[in-house]
Amino acid sequence: MTALPVRRAHVPFQVVAPVVVAAWLVAWFVNLPLANWAAYDLLGLERGSHVGDAVAFFLLDVPKVLLLLLGIMTVVSFLRSYFPPERMRAALAGRGTLPATVGAAAFGVVTPFCSCSAVPLFIGFVEAGIPLGVTFAFLISSPMVNEVALVLLWGLFGPGIALLYMGAGLAVAIIGGLVLGRLPLEKWIEPWVLAVRAGGGATSLDLRLSVEQRMRDAWTSTKDLVRRVLLYVIIGIGIGAFIHGFVPMELIAQIGGRDNPFAVPIVVAIAIPLYSNAAGTIPIVEALLGKGLPLGTTLAFMMAIVAISLPEFVILRRVMSLRLIAVFGGVVVAGILAVGFLFNALGL
Amino acid sequence: MKIVEVLGPGCNNCKRLEAVAREAVAIAGVEAEIRHVTDYAEIVAHGVMSTPGLVIDGKVVSVGRIPSANDIAGWLTTA
Repeated sequence: MTALPVRRAHVPFQVVAPVVVAAWLVAWFVNLPLANWAAYDLLGLERGSHVGDAVAFFLLDVPKVLLLLLGIMTVVSFLRSYFPPERMRAALAGRGTLPATVGAAAFGVVTPFCSCSAVPLFIGFVEAGIPLGVTFAFLISSPMVNEVALVLLWGLFGPGIALLYMGAGLAVAIIGGLVLGRLPLEKWIEPWVLAVRAGGGATSLDLRLSVEQRMRDAWTSTKDLVRRVLLYVIIGIGIGAFIHGFVPMELIAQIGGRDNPFAVPIVVAIAIPLYSNAAGTIPIVEALLGKGLPLGTTLAFMMAIVAISLPEFVILRRVMSLRLIAVFGGVVVAGILAVGFLFNALGL
Repeated sequence: MKIVEVLGPGCNNCKRLEAVAREAVAIAGVEAEIRHVTDYAEIVAHGVMSTPGLVIDGKVVSVGRIPSANDIAGWLTTA
């Protein structure tokens, strides 16, 4: 075996990791004083003024969101690499409906998944005899309790709201999966899916990856993600900053307040075309929540943005009829509306 | 002559993997044909549930990730 040419010097991982972690922590802690100093001292804007508050919000949030995405997302992607879909399928096959549905929803949080894998995954599940309701529980929870959303919610709002969001998302996925599992949906699957015979060639591949390979993958995919969403993040924070500085609380309370029964359906309708811009939308949500938008309305907005994906529906059309997609979408929307109304009614 | 197949419906990662695979063929200096498989039935027939997948001479070597060009070149020369 010939040695392959190494194209760049390799600094050992044990050296890089502590330096990166230290730099990240320093950046995280100087961010707030630095943003305030830049807005109020360097630019000389007045504290409490519309422009001053908006600029400070922007200067604080851009580095904060980027740090969260670059740092925490790398760690999260690394951990997720230990839960590939093949492992999930092995864990779910042959279990009872309830444990399998709960399990599939939980795997949705940790299993790395992009909508372009939706079809192979769907077929792989059908082949293994996993009930449709269980598969749907995964397809609901995977984008909804998505890692970008959770990381940003945790970083910007704290663990309380992040965990609340996760709990609500899992509940929608489990209940949605159980409801869909009770319906006779098999006849709405495209016939060719049932005829496909899957091979077993890829089943144990993930076990071969070393820790360093997983780290490298995590960093590569995170860089890729940040490059893809950067523009949306900056636009989103810009809008958030405008809301934070200029939109009066009374306006938000009037339009989106708890007394307006249409607020939840309206935000869900607005959210549907915003798919895939979760990273850009959360700063807007942050500003709205700060202006007193009720929590239920806010959570419903977030969930609808990440969970209802028109591109994914187009992809799923390859394996299921339009009717089945409509039923699936309808159940998800109903679940999101229920979360919105419930949390608003509880007055959280 | 090696047959390298990139399994994926045409998303960004699949295109990236195809480019990396070309780079790997150049590094390894082997003769290889690169095919991009977009047909779902064929992807699933390899037992792949997360794309992109990489197949060399009919054997699945990687799923759900983009290996480095050096890694792929290693598989090309040893397999």
